[in-house]
Amino acid sequence: MRVAGAYPEDEYLADLMAVTGGQTDEELARLAIRESANSTTWMRSHGARFQPALGGTLHLDRTNAFFLGGGKALLNSHYAAAEKRGVQVFYNAEVVGLNLSGGVFESGAVKMEGEQRTFRAKALVAAAGGFESNLEWLKEAWGPAAENFLIRGTPYNKGTVLKLLLDAGVAPVGDPKQCHAVAIDGRAPKFDGGIVTRLDCVPLGIVVNSQGQRFYDEGEDLWPKRYAIWGRLVAQQRDQVAYSIIDSKVLGRFMPSVFPPVRGESIAELAAALGLPVDQVECTVKQFNQSVKPGRFDHKLLDDCRTKGLSPAKSHWAQTIDTPPFFGYPLRPGITFTYLGVRVNTQAAVLMQDGRPSPNIFAAGELMAGNILGKGYLAGIGMTIGSVFGQIAGREAARVCI
Amino acid sequence: MTICNACRYCEGYCAVFPAMERRITFSDADLNYLANLCHNCTACLDACQYAPPHEFAVDVPRVLAEIREESYRHYSFPHWYGGPVALILAISIAAFLFAASRLNHATMTAVFGTAAIVVVGLMAGGFMRFWKESQGSLNPTGLRYALTLKYLDKKDGRRVFHHLTFYGFLLCFAATSVAAFYHYFLSFEAPYGYFSVPVVLGTLGGIGLLIGTAGLFAVKRTGSSFLVLLFLTSLTGLLLLALRQTPAARPVLAIHLGTVLTLFVTMPYGKFVHGIYRLGALLVGPAD
Repeated sequence: MRVAGAYPEDEYLADLMAVTGGQTDEELARLAIRESANSTTWMRSHGARFQPALGGTLHLDRTNAFFLGGGKALLNSHYAAAEKRGVQVFYNAEVVGLNLSGGVFESGAVKMEGEQRTFRAKALVAAAGGFESNLEWLKEAWGPAAENFLIRGTPYNKGTVLKLLLDAGVAPVGDPKQCHAVAIDGRAPKFDGGIVTRLDCVPLGIVVNSQGQRFYDEGEDLWPKRYAIWGRLVAQQRDQVAYSIIDSKVLGRFMPSVFPPVRGESIAELAAALGLPVDQVECTVKQFNQSVKPGRFDHKLLDDCRTKGLSPAKSHWAQTIDTPPFFGYPLRPGITFTYLGVRVNTQAAVLMQDGRPSPNIFAAGELMAGNILGKGYLAGIGMTIGSVFGQIAGREAARVCI
Repeated sequence: MTICNACRYCEGYCAVFPAMERRITFSDADLNYLANLCHNCTACLDACQYAPPHEFAVDVPRVLAEIREESYRHYSFPHWYGGPVALILAISIAAFLFAASRLNHATMTAVFGTAAIVVVGLMAGGFMRFWKESQGSLNPTGLRYALTLKYLDKKDGRRVFHHLTFYGFLLCFAATSVAAFYHYFLSFEAPYGYFSVPVVLGTLGGIGLLIGTAGLFAVKRTGSSFLVLLFLTSLTGLLLLALRQTPAARPVLAIHLGTVLTLFVTMPYGKFVHGIYRLGALLVGPAD
């Protein structure tokens, strides 16, 4: 992939092992990483256009390649390529039933414009996403806290196909509580706020909860390796909300979200504007400022600006918050996708509960990402899994049919 | 546009997005500049995650098209855009038909020469106003982007049809210039043979215009009165060439001249000006 610097297989795997705490199928992970190099060629030959790393000041080393126009443009080009080859696409068609016999797919029920139709097929590729938009299901896993989650993508990822497959005896993988959750601007819409609600200012300031207290090391590691833990961190706070506080020094060093920051000429004014306990926030900032040790600030690497004697510490990019005006962004957990999925092998064939692979059911994307992502996240891994296993599943399904 | 600036996935499509990202707030002049930089290819709309029916309902090409139309009025003098083109066309054709028997070269030159000078002056004024408001430094590569339509990257043939239209127009202009040169400097008077330089240039240009304008109509499924006039000009011009030795020549000439005059006088207040401000916008630096 065209990244801001090469990302060798072993390093990527080591990073993956670290974020997932070893909860990854190493064989599948290696396959995904290795094949990702070829998948860009495949994608390009089917109409995808890559572009150089985006402008702005986001720290982009070792992250994903970017598509010109983003994901919708990518899918438009793939749909166009498919239709050019005579593939018929049904839109507004929802799978509502799957008919399996001893691990073999026979037919599927599809609701189209109010009418139910049955499709028989020699093979099935399931690529229907996780259950991130199904608030009821999220609440089963998370309890009432899920009410306060924001869903970054489409409201249609209800997990219907996932449930149908699991109910039909396909082996599950992953914990329903695990997902790719980032801390996004708390003012984002409930669904589909997408990329413009992202906030990259966490490592540049401090983050406090609704009681005005810090709760985690904001400078633990480079942002692409850490941004995905913040969704969970915020989800664990009271009311599932937190606030990133920065000063004027760091403006322009991060990509702002679509919403303007809340502003205050003093910390007290900002805290009041954010609806936070003023005294506590002032105290938190004062303590933080007193613990900051002198260092050479460098946003692009793990610099030596850290706190001393503070708990939790801020290990990098710790600068005193002292230059007014001060700015704050509310943060909420933004769920990108859930990890509970179906178990697959290297042919992307789903495994039944007895461990045997289904001869004609294949899975790709979020539906099986949990095989590789037991927990945590690494920039670009979702796209990598989606594109690599999408190709494998398609190829293997074609092999069954011809 | 705050949404675009926070997303940025479209920045590789055209010059509008990088130019947008250099600004945090947008003045009217900024918006006019961005609107005229936009070629309305709609690639960004097709790609946009926030396009309707999303609750943000982002439609950059449509918003810019509306601003652009308003900017044509803003930069023109007096502040007109659009007008009773059909009426002007009818009047000028009628006038030429009425005067058909008395038409001579001197009258034609006087009428069209005056019209040309006024029109060029009005449009140059518009360009200067645009240039001043946009506060750009000159970026010469913009000329290449304009001539190659670098940013009209749509796979429906729009770029090809626009090239046929634009270069067809230039060929017709060249044909007229060569003919004028023949007439005044070589005392070589019309009519010229089918294979003479002015006729060949004019014929090629006319055919280019016919195909180009018809094609643009077909792919856009709409078009301006300017586009209609271009089509009619080339159609009547080619018809005149075919019929020039028949009795129909005089009325056809009158219709052709009436059309051309209408094309001229409505130019500063019609879609033609898109080229002036588009070129201006592309020439405004810094280079992207």
